Amino acid sequence: MTIVMQWHDWLALWGQYLMLSMLSISGAITTVPDMHRYLVTQNGWLTEAQFTSSVAIAQAAPGPNVLFVALMGWNVGINAGGGMAAGVHAWALGLLGLTITMVGIMLPSTTLTYFATRWGHRNRTRREVRAFKQGMAPVVVGLLIATGWVLAAGNQAGSSAPAWHLWLLAGVAALVVWRTRLHLLWLLGAGALLGVFGFV
Amino acid sequence: MHSASPAAAADPDRPRPLSTRDLFVSFTWLALQGFGGVLAIVQREMVEKKRWLTPEEFLEDWAVAQVMPGPNVINLALMIGDRYFGLRGALAAVAGMLTVPLFVILGLALLYAQYASNSQVAAALRGMGAVAGGLIAATGIKLVPQLRMNPLGFGICLAIVAAVFAAIALARIPLGWVLIVVGGVACGETWRRLGR
Repeated sequence: MTIVMQWHDWLALWGQYLMLSMLSISGAITTVPDMHRYLVTQNGWLTEAQFTSSVAIAQAAPGPNVLFVALMGWNVGINAGGGMAAGVHAWALGLLGLTITMVGIMLPSTTLTYFATRWGHRNRTRREVRAFKQGMAPVVVGLLIATGWVLAAGNQAGSSAPAWHLWLLAGVAALVVWRTRLHLLWLLGAGALLGVFGFV
Repeated sequence: MHSASPAAAADPDRPRPLSTRDLFVSFTWLALQGFGGVLAIVQREMVEKKRWLTPEEFLEDWAVAQVMPGPNVINLALMIGDRYFGLRGALAAVAGMLTVPLFVILGLALLYAQYASNSQVAAALRGMGAVAGGLIAATGIKLVPQLRMNPLGFGICLAIVAAVFAAIALARIPLGWVLIVVGGVACGETWRRLGR
């Protein structure tokens, strides 16, 4: 796919990600639906397949999930440069797109977090700061367990194995992490092997 | 720029990062182990192995990182880096989280373009995804004992955990609402109890 990106298009892309950064409470993944609306539906800068694979690759790759944003910017740049086959020109625009989207999604939220947490730390003995931190603790524990559940459930699509296999694997993984100090990479490797052999 | 907190500075025996380079390398290594998200690794590395954070601090910091906009694990890295080395530490920790993984993910995207149609690749990713879900859930389960110290009381805390789980995982209610309603009630009640 080939698209034309003027300088004001790049600026609009940057502005969109700056805004999404401030809305990304509890992670950039919650803004994926809006990114889809903006990049695929409204502007047609990414194909459906490019968008979906950007998220999927970031989920499977090591590192913070927010890197899916980098892949989206990279793909917009590659499209603007006339596709991967266009060579150096497309790669340079890919890096430009990657920089624009990553700086956009990171800059506002990290700046706010930096100053807000400093304030919170200086005032950590105040009643409202303590109430906030301690009151949120059980909410966070519930969120973590729910996130694990939702992530595991997302792997049912495309599998021919019974769904309980998947839950068994996720449950055993949780139990092993809870009760042992086995390195997590062994567990992920075992999951990959079980996938290849058709268990999940 | 230095903001070593009294809590961190008070105990000289407590493990801490040696330098901003140590922060960068530690967070790079941490990020590279985090398939399908880094959270489970953060707890394993920061709390259990390096012991830069106690479980209580992890839970409190994680609550803040979660509620602030932006990627949670990036916010957490920023907070830990800032605590020991100020702005330089924050930048080193965040750069460690992002730089090398960014090159890895670009390499994977280029590879993926060739193997996208291979069903065994998809199956392996599926198995890893199921395990990754289990890892994150276990991170939450491991924090449950910390709630015994909470001013709300252990029983109310468990009820909140169950309510949040049901709202997010089962009912799929948007996170913003859950945070405002359940989080608001929990913080309000904690505030009231702290004042007694």
